[in-house]
Amino acid sequence: MSIAATTARQVTLATGKSKDKTPVSLAFLIALWFSMFFGVLVLLALIVNTAIDGSTRFDSELLTNYASIVRPESSGFRAGILGSLWLMVFTALLAVPLGISAALYLEEFADPTTRWNRFVEVNLQNLAAVPAIVYGLLAVAIMALLGFQNAGIVLGGALALALLILPVIIITTREAVRAVPREIRQGSLALGATVWQTTWRQTLPSAIPGIATGTILGLSRAIGEAAPLVVVGLAGSVLFDPEGVMSRITALPMQIYSLTSNSREELQQAASAAIIVLLVMVLGLNALAIFIRNKFQRSW
Amino acid sequence: MSTSATAGPTGPSSGTGLSAAVDLSPKSRPGERVITVVLQLSAYASIAITFGIIAALIQPVTEFFSEVPFGDFFAFDGTYAVLPLVTATLMVTLIALLVAVPLGLGAALYLSEYASRRARKILKPTVELLAGVPSVVYGFFALTFVTPTLLQEILALDVGFTNALAAGLVLGVMIIPTIASLAEDAFSAVPQAMRQGSLAMGANRMQTSLRVVFPAALSGVAAAVVLGMSRAIGETMIVTLAAGALKQFSLDPRDGMQTMTGFMATTAGGENPVGSVAYNNLFAVGMLLFVITLVLNLVSISFVRRFRQVY
Amino acid sequence: MASATSADTFPNMSSLGEAHVDNERRLPAKPVNPVMETRDLNVFYGDFHAVHDVNLSYGRHEITAMIGPSGCGKSTVLRCLNRMNDLVPGARVDGEVLYHGQDIYEKRVDPIAVRTQIGMVFQKPNPFPKSIYDNIAYGPRVTGMKVDNMDDLVEEALNGAALWDEVKDKLKQSAYGLSGGQQQRLCIARTIATKPDVILMDEPCSALDPIATARVEDLMLTLRNEYTIIVVTHNMQQAARVSDRTAFFTARPDETTGNRTGLLVEYDLTSTIFSAPGDKRTEDYISGRFG
Repeated sequence: MSIAATTARQVTLATGKSKDKTPVSLAFLIALWFSMFFGVLVLLALIVNTAIDGSTRFDSELLTNYASIVRPESSGFRAGILGSLWLMVFTALLAVPLGISAALYLEEFADPTTRWNRFVEVNLQNLAAVPAIVYGLLAVAIMALLGFQNAGIVLGGALALALLILPVIIITTREAVRAVPREIRQGSLALGATVWQTTWRQTLPSAIPGIATGTILGLSRAIGEAAPLVVVGLAGSVLFDPEGVMSRITALPMQIYSLTSNSREELQQAASAAIIVLLVMVLGLNALAIFIRNKFQRSW
Repeated sequence: MSTSATAGPTGPSSGTGLSAAVDLSPKSRPGERVITVVLQLSAYASIAITFGIIAALIQPVTEFFSEVPFGDFFAFDGTYAVLPLVTATLMVTLIALLVAVPLGLGAALYLSEYASRRARKILKPTVELLAGVPSVVYGFFALTFVTPTLLQEILALDVGFTNALAAGLVLGVMIIPTIASLAEDAFSAVPQAMRQGSLAMGANRMQTSLRVVFPAALSGVAAAVVLGMSRAIGETMIVTLAAGALKQFSLDPRDGMQTMTGFMATTAGGENPVGSVAYNNLFAVGMLLFVITLVLNLVSISFVRRFRQVY
Repeated sequence: MASATSADTFPNMSSLGEAHVDNERRLPAKPVNPVMETRDLNVFYGDFHAVHDVNLSYGRHEITAMIGPSGCGKSTVLRCLNRMNDLVPGARVDGEVLYHGQDIYEKRVDPIAVRTQIGMVFQKPNPFPKSIYDNIAYGPRVTGMKVDNMDDLVEEALNGAALWDEVKDKLKQSAYGLSGGQQQRLCIARTIATKPDVILMDEPCSALDPIATARVEDLMLTLRNEYTIIVVTHNMQQAARVSDRTAFFTARPDETTGNRTGLLVEYDLTSTIFSAPGDKRTEDYISGRFG
């Protein structure tokens, strides 16, 4: 009887050890793995497929020429690339100071009562999820208020993109600022520093890696976005470089979008190659953001 | 403290301690004041964007409805009918959710329940990369690969050049990270004690994940799904490119059909003069889109609040 | 604040012997011409009544210890003394906190000016993520103190905190490289660099090992010659070792809500508190029968 009991117990232990390895469990784990990597596989397929399609066009003319329907084999994206870079700079100029200022006010100065906080929180979370195309409509309205009939210029595009990424910058900046320990602020205030001195000399420097990460991610989103630019009325193609904030421009995603309606083989190849250029810019910014996060972010 | 003769700015009392009254009167700090006001204005301006959107939409929308009766807008047929756009949007969104909900939740469960700390640090940004890919790129991929190669050649489906299926599938891939990241937050917020309790009773990891963690995080899962839905409804370039520009009421995902955002992009890209009814129609659809996503976002936010409150 | 309760709370305040003088330090029974005083101090956090009717005076060049079980409001009282409670959302202070006879909660008082006079050292060492030098120079810089030679001031402050010899060769290195005890002494040096009048210390040794604690305590006794020190501690031995006067606080649960409100039980010369406390609650606490 006692022997039987002992063996029974051993059996349970043995199966218990491999409970995570039953066929059902394994199938489940494989399903999770599949979920995990399906998207990545799609992305790989996308990149490989597009790179193959565009392989004939990885030449310097792709970057230096303007778009041309007359000579599709050497049509380039100079205007789009320059336009996107200009947009990125002006988007950053509009959104970054405003976003960081707003976040600092909300975290360090504002009335911390729960009701106000809750209102701000819900507001920002909603703004971060408002469809990009709606920000295009808002930008058109603001440009009209400012007296611009045509919003399809650097300023109009940058305004739309800045509105789009502003909530993201505010939310990530608030998180970065919140991560700075309270003890640091108290130490500074107890020495007779003002709230702004404490913010400027203690909180902000410590939060910079987090802010930079959020800002770069926001800008990488802005640079790839086309929907608000379509609404603002950015051209699908222009044949000159941007010269100022009033310049009519195009942007790389806009140029790609306009090419999809053209079925000529050479232009499709050019669009594929341009997509690789856009992906390099966007994923490069993403990689930079992750690098900054991992390298500089202090864990308190 | 006697070596240097420095006195504090506010009075004679240094470490030596004088019983004379110390000056504690407020000093004017004009710089501080100006900065505070600037920061405050930035904050209020940012928060006011919500109202700015409504304000920007309201004038063209009232103009639109002064010329087009309500019934002509909320109709299935006619120049200004919005309902075919709504059904197309829902069709594409449904397909996207069918892809993204299982995959997003699966990825989230893997990240929170199975992946090691180090693996998570690498895998999470990788999944989030999917949200970083520009939507015009996804749209191009749907148009040039998914429809002709995957659907028509490999699966031999009788789909049109533009169709809801390709748009929905690719859109689904795009919103995987939205769902995965919010759901992972919710799963991770489930207290470790609940898992240990389950494991101690002899359940394996799968049982623990499905029967303990998942139900405990249900409101977070709901938040993730609703937010994913909001993202899918508002996404523009994929549907504009891959679902097409033909406004029609159809329940067949193999058909091309124009969504709300697709309509907006097409109309805005067209040559409609500012103030024309066609142009104002764009704002009316935009208002409807804003309201729908606003409601979904608020629902999602309240679900998030619920799981944050519980744990 | 019923007066009956407050009279009941301080039986010893009234019964202090007038001729009582501490042998070792020859201190008067009550602080003469105190640097700071609290009068009927009440603190609320929202609806929560945290501290009830505290009346205390803090003598010049003395170390006053505030002791008591956790939740008795001693840290809350400390934070009222340089208006650090202003930073807590929903905090409200009733009564008076006098500094050289001036109520620091008066409308026309600048809390920042208060904090430059009344410095604070915290429970957990909280150096700034900067160099040792910049940690010290920070206070003088932000308060706009006129400094002839910052290097001298830094050296003086570090000497004052008995840290100079240990760090003089690495002033440009991060303060985070220091040990916990060194960090805490750095925080003290940082505070005295702004030449305050009073130094508040909120359980300054609770995060330190015994050796580091002993060094900080020695430092406190030295600093007493130039500053007025008010220290909150949960460590009774520490209070007995360093302080001249001790205030014992306890917490009283509210009959209806069950919230614990802190109140002052007894305040006297440390030697008296630890040898012949006048209140049973003090005696219980000191003899280890409580908390």
